[in-house]
Amino acid sequence: MTIQFKQETFRDDFTFSNSPEAIRRFPFPFDRDEYMYAVNIEQHMPGPAKSAFEFPIDIDEHYVAEMQDRALVLKEDPLRCQSLPHMITAEWDLLELLMESMAKNYPEHFTLTKDGDRWRWVNRPLGIDQSFTFGDVSTLPYPPMEYVTRQCQGDFCLLDQRLDNLWMDSGIVTTQADWSLDFDIGMNFMEWHAPVPLAHDLGVFERALKFLLNLQQGRPVRRLNWTMTINPRLDTSPENYHKWGKDRTTVTPENVGDKVHLRVELQALWRLPRSNAIVFSIRAYMIKMEELVTVPKWGRRLHRVLRGLKPELVEYKGLSRYHGMTVDWLSRHDDGAPTSPGFFPD
Amino acid sequence: MPAATIKSRPIYPGLSLDGKARRHLIAAEGEGALAVLDVFADQPDAVARATLLYTPGGSAAQEHGAKLSALDFDGLHLMPTQPTLLTRLGVILQTATMGTRIYVAGVEGFIGKVIASAQTHGVDPQSVRAEHRGSLARRVQCVHCKGMTENVTATPFVCSHCGLNLFVRDHFSRRLGAFQGVCVDAEAPGELPAREELYL
Amino acid sequence: MSGGVEIPVRVVEIEQATPTVRRFRLAPIDGAPLPPFSAGAHVVTLMPARDRVIRNAYSLIDRAADGSSYRIGVLRVAQSRGGSAFMHDEVTVGTELRITMPVNLFPLAHAGRKHLLIAGGIGITPIFAMAEELRRTDAHYEIHYAMRNAASGAFVDELRARHGDKLKLYRDDCQEILAVDAILPNQPLGTHLYVCGPEGMIEAVLEGAREAGWPEENLHSERFQAPPTGEPFSVRLAKAGITCEVRGDQSLLEALEAAGVDAPFLCRGGACGQCEATVVEADGELVHNDHYLTDADKASGSKIMLCVSRLKGRELVLDL
Repeated sequence: MTIQFKQETFRDDFTFSNSPEAIRRFPFPFDRDEYMYAVNIEQHMPGPAKSAFEFPIDIDEHYVAEMQDRALVLKEDPLRCQSLPHMITAEWDLLELLMESMAKNYPEHFTLTKDGDRWRWVNRPLGIDQSFTFGDVSTLPYPPMEYVTRQCQGDFCLLDQRLDNLWMDSGIVTTQADWSLDFDIGMNFMEWHAPVPLAHDLGVFERALKFLLNLQQGRPVRRLNWTMTINPRLDTSPENYHKWGKDRTTVTPENVGDKVHLRVELQALWRLPRSNAIVFSIRAYMIKMEELVTVPKWGRRLHRVLRGLKPELVEYKGLSRYHGMTVDWLSRHDDGAPTSPGFFPD
Repeated sequence: MPAATIKSRPIYPGLSLDGKARRHLIAAEGEGALAVLDVFADQPDAVARATLLYTPGGSAAQEHGAKLSALDFDGLHLMPTQPTLLTRLGVILQTATMGTRIYVAGVEGFIGKVIASAQTHGVDPQSVRAEHRGSLARRVQCVHCKGMTENVTATPFVCSHCGLNLFVRDHFSRRLGAFQGVCVDAEAPGELPAREELYL
Repeated sequence: MSGGVEIPVRVVEIEQATPTVRRFRLAPIDGAPLPPFSAGAHVVTLMPARDRVIRNAYSLIDRAADGSSYRIGVLRVAQSRGGSAFMHDEVTVGTELRITMPVNLFPLAHAGRKHLLIAGGIGITPIFAMAEELRRTDAHYEIHYAMRNAASGAFVDELRARHGDKLKLYRDDCQEILAVDAILPNQPLGTHLYVCGPEGMIEAVLEGAREAGWPEENLHSERFQAPPTGEPFSVRLAKAGITCEVRGDQSLLEALEAAGVDAPFLCRGGACGQCEATVVEADGELVHNDHYLTDADKASGSKIMLCVSRLKGRELVLDL
């Protein structure tokens, strides 16, 4: 099926929106009416057709616009893409994983042909036709990780495994929920999760690390994480927080439905074959409240989740200024009826 | 010693002699001299196989350098500033061999810089023995302009490079040897929380 | 399935590399390329013996550039628990086996400045792959390879051709001793040491390195540990409500698998931690043979690694 790619923006005039089909396939992250941290890791197996989980790498109607936004971010701030020298093999592993997955599952948009180490990559939506030698950086216009991730939705971090820990030694991060790759690069798993409240005490990260150290080739895993964003801004980086932070003060009871967005991260992890590194992908999906309540189950459930959210999490996720207004707005879409278990719309 | 409540912040267990090391390479700053004296003062065998780099930092008046000189280190480099010490350290690391144990003592920003220098020569940060001595002042990187401000003792403070009002986040980068500074009044410009002297 | 994805393979070539080592070339039955692997990785090979499936971990020597085959090397051990005897006596060209996806518990430290590879006997198999990776990436490295005699140096010709004088040989029959204190001095800062071979050799090399002041962070080893045998005992799974007997020549993990329990595993050698289980009750003494649990864990008596550890006593109750 050919995807109709939208022309839209994630900054300035914020023309981003979801089509009705995109709303139906939104990866709603709450399978019950309350939220608490958990090691909610599951096998990254193919999900229902047309869902965000149908393929290992999800390409959707926002693809072209997101890639244009990424190019703008990198032009302003090259530090959003960094890689320590020992990660070069992992970069090639990532390029292979993404190109193979995109070409296999979206053949009408992407084609990969191989003749030994001589590869040809065709990306029709972005108008790219590149022949190169796998393993030879001089045959690509960018280093391999940057090259392929300028053409793939989602942020990507490459984690080196050593000394019984995972080290974030490489990454491209332009659509992040308020964390800085430039600051966190070189940190281990415990260190880069340091600012997250509550979860350390619950032992969440110890268990998750132990699990990931034994992550197996051919058995990727995924989890969902979430926060909220004012305006459909992909680049909510700490680097630019002094520019976008004031957006949070622009929410009024009248514009909640249009301004407040649920932001969901589909995080997936793969063991890479040649490097033994792990790729950690963080794919952001956004949906405004008005769009979300078109699925009645989600409107009811998000109201209940936000109403019961612990104060530490309200603060950590940066919701303080508009949490109350959003709960009030959503209450109009919650008739108190019971919700069915699971994520998907009824 | 600062409490180890911040998960990203390294724990500095303190200096202890590695009896098996063939060489000892010690970098110390200011009050860090006292930690070096504690460990090496009565270890003549170790001192005979040790190279010490020392810069007085903020405590020159206390004449720690003279006490250290009296110990007869195999190599002694009294350096005027942290940058000159780090340059000299880099030269020594170039030709150092395995079996060399690296030690660092002083303020946290200095520890961070020495560990980062060792890491560029292939030394795992976990193998460097470190002790925090002296001021609790923090080295802070502004996340917006990436400028470093040394000796930050209070939060919020004004970035010495871009002038934004920053609060010091309890998040530490070993690579940068610095805490993270984030704009405190982005959501309401000019609305500043009371200044707290937390890191004296 | 708890070992992960399995790949059906066929043996397409067998080489008697030394009097006691055979090298097997394994090709995928479905023709799809075998995945690349990182140097130091192993696969668990599933062998269809008459009465059971035997699972042993073997290091990968190499992969054909087009993914059409892997090679593994198998030493015939005197007190085989079945695996090496099966590979040497039962497997012929054409035999079909299954392997797991590669798992790496002995990786190169990619940021290392120089790499000392030390192998004894069959321990050369992961070292062979690591040396090749270091050669390919133009890294600094040395290979030190100890063997009994000329006939036991199956890998020497291939290594010599690829690595030239970076390869140093030590032959027992020529009284050439691999003395670690002769190798370690004057290695540049940032050198990493990797050792694989008999248990005694690994211990001696690691101890020598520690004595020379090398930090633990730079020392890496892999042991080829077969599950130790012992007295039979019985095991009860509290949650599943299953009880079965563990024979003296069988590991706890193997007994559970034979009873149809889908227990998790990766290395089957006490290193990775995947098969850790919680002990509810032990009527006897736990015999810990793994390198994963901390001394405190072992002392607590509340955890056990199913792959190599066992009970000296009557019954073990697990929280499974």
